[in-house]
Amino acid sequence: MTKEAILGAIRRGLRRGPLPDDQAMGLRARLETHPRHLIPARSRLPRPEQVLLFLQRLDKEFATYIRVGSPHDVPEAVADYVAAQNLPSEFVMAPHPELREIPWDSRPLLRIREDRASPTDLVSVQHGYVGIAETGTLMLPAAPDRPTTLNLLCDTEIVVLRASRVVGAYEEAWDLLRAERHDSVTGGFMPRNVMLVTGPSRSADIESTLELGAHGPRRLHVVLIDDDTQAL
Amino acid sequence: MLSTSTEFKANAHDAMANVGLQKALSRTRPQNPAKRAAAVAALPEFEELRDIGRDIKNHALAHLDFYLETWEANVLKSGGHVHWCSTADDARDAVLKICQAAGAKTVTKGKSMISEELAINDHLEKFGIEPIETDLGEYILQIRKEPPSHIIGPAFHLNREDWEESFRKVHTQLDPNRVFAERKDIQNEARILLREKFLVADVGITGANFLIAETGSSVIVTNEGNGDLTQTLPRVHIVLASIEKCVPTLEDATSLLRLLARSATGQDFSVYTTFSTGGRRPGDLDGPEEYHVVIVDNGRSAMIGSEFQDMLRCIRCAACMNHCPVYQTVGGHAYGWVYPGPMGSVLTPSLIGVDKAGHLPNASTFCGKCESVCPVKIPLPNMMRHWREREFERHLSPSAVRTNLAAWAWVARRPALYRLATKIAAKTLSLLAGKKGRFASLPFAGGWTAGRDLPAPEGDTFFARYARTQRAAK
Repeated sequence: MTKEAILGAIRRGLRRGPLPDDQAMGLRARLETHPRHLIPARSRLPRPEQVLLFLQRLDKEFATYIRVGSPHDVPEAVADYVAAQNLPSEFVMAPHPELREIPWDSRPLLRIREDRASPTDLVSVQHGYVGIAETGTLMLPAAPDRPTTLNLLCDTEIVVLRASRVVGAYEEAWDLLRAERHDSVTGGFMPRNVMLVTGPSRSADIESTLELGAHGPRRLHVVLIDDDTQAL
Repeated sequence: MLSTSTEFKANAHDAMANVGLQKALSRTRPQNPAKRAAAVAALPEFEELRDIGRDIKNHALAHLDFYLETWEANVLKSGGHVHWCSTADDARDAVLKICQAAGAKTVTKGKSMISEELAINDHLEKFGIEPIETDLGEYILQIRKEPPSHIIGPAFHLNREDWEESFRKVHTQLDPNRVFAERKDIQNEARILLREKFLVADVGITGANFLIAETGSSVIVTNEGNGDLTQTLPRVHIVLASIEKCVPTLEDATSLLRLLARSATGQDFSVYTTFSTGGRRPGDLDGPEEYHVVIVDNGRSAMIGSEFQDMLRCIRCAACMNHCPVYQTVGGHAYGWVYPGPMGSVLTPSLIGVDKAGHLPNASTFCGKCESVCPVKIPLPNMMRHWREREFERHLSPSAVRTNLAAWAWVARRPALYRLATKIAAKTLSLLAGKKGRFASLPFAGGWTAGRDLPAPEGDTFFARYARTQRAAK
């Protein structure tokens, strides 16, 4: 069998047979404890500065953002944004409970469809799972209420994120996922897909010169809800 | 992919006379090192992270059998399929079978160097399946039927006029009089046309930057989002990965990701870093229904335990070629196979044989820049030296080289004679050169003096000066 041939060749190279049980146990323990390595000091900040770092990093990566006081302010922020960008006030939204709780009725002109993205949708509203301050990165794990296509197909992606969900380093985001998510298929925590998104799509393939808007969204806009008094 | 590595000397000669390539190189030569340097300067822990990255990959390779089995078990648990392939032929057939079972007419592809190594596209086309490269750079190369010239900027060697010419030639459905005023217009045309391809493809093929044993995930890193569209929209997702991509945990992959983008493009993080684990879950509104990984050896397992094992640490960032004086003079095509630059000069002989790629480890000045920027500290010059030794042992080097080396070695093993000979040679050359202190031509050194003057030795030999400073120190 090919698998055995490949593993056998690896073991011959390593000059040993299959790992003895005691060594395998040590490696299994390493997998279970998944020790962290060095975490850069950059994101080890008090909460208010950590959130500011996240926003500064978004800016550096050509994303935009607005801070609002509560979920009640989100419809206005979204309506203003699409108007300022000359976009239609019609969007496809993740069917996420937190997004449903937003009083969208307060802006009756906004037309909302809950679904995955279709090729004709121009604007998506996505639920932000976690923001990572270190590089201004959004963690967007796939789920029935967080479709992946919302991150990819529309020209503009708007991500609604709570400030209490901004962490310093990637490792903290992984630990949140480990603690909070249960996968019905594997019994583990990893969903089908986890996207770490840092700014809008871009390419430097033409003459090694950066241009935004390659295949994914041309614009990435974060609406940050200040739900964390420690972070103000 | 067929190799022209045996033709390196002729290829290099042509490359230096290629006006378009030299224009492109003059753009990237200063730009790439500057971008990396800025990103590294902004992360004080970068040097420490390089040691960590090296140690993670060493740990993974030392237990690769264990981690691959763990990884496989977790892929199966997520409902995915694993196809083990020893050779490129096996891998091509595995991909074809999955595509045929899916009834595929068109297949979209994310950028993948292993796919180039396996020449997947030709194989699919032979069986009536249309592969479509969706990375912007790979897309134009597919149009132009050229191989990539760089592992992360595959079409960096092209200039705007090349893009425009190729797009006008193949996008015949569009107005022939349209104007490409900016680079953005070229990019936009590809965006619109490829979007249609993404939507109808039956299968999406991506590579993998990492495989994660802990979770059974594969990871891709892109800036364009093409890899994500490729693996999200079609019904079937195929991942092509080689065995050395496997690391133990998310934390291990995360530490390596901190090194990857900074070393590659000078970004702090790539735009899309995506972890895929199996197919669509119950209730999911999108994503592929089938998830397959074609896991390929193709010569890697033979490197384990050899003097080339460290090469398997490579995370394909391209920092070595971005900083290499040889690569920056001749570009990537001259190397004649999939992997150019210093990493290719070590890897290519391992994968296709030193008899076919012996020129590559010789195409180095041993300046050491590649090793000094490698995010996982691969001793590239040292390994190129190993290849030169193997080439010599196997009598593959030209007879003139062998004879002269043998003569030099005979003299060098007789220190008194060596000192005398070098002293006489230095004095003679110094006298012959006269006041100018250099030669415009010299017997047996025509290869050097054809392009530049040869400086004449000045003063004493190294041995004499060394002996003098040692005496002075006492």
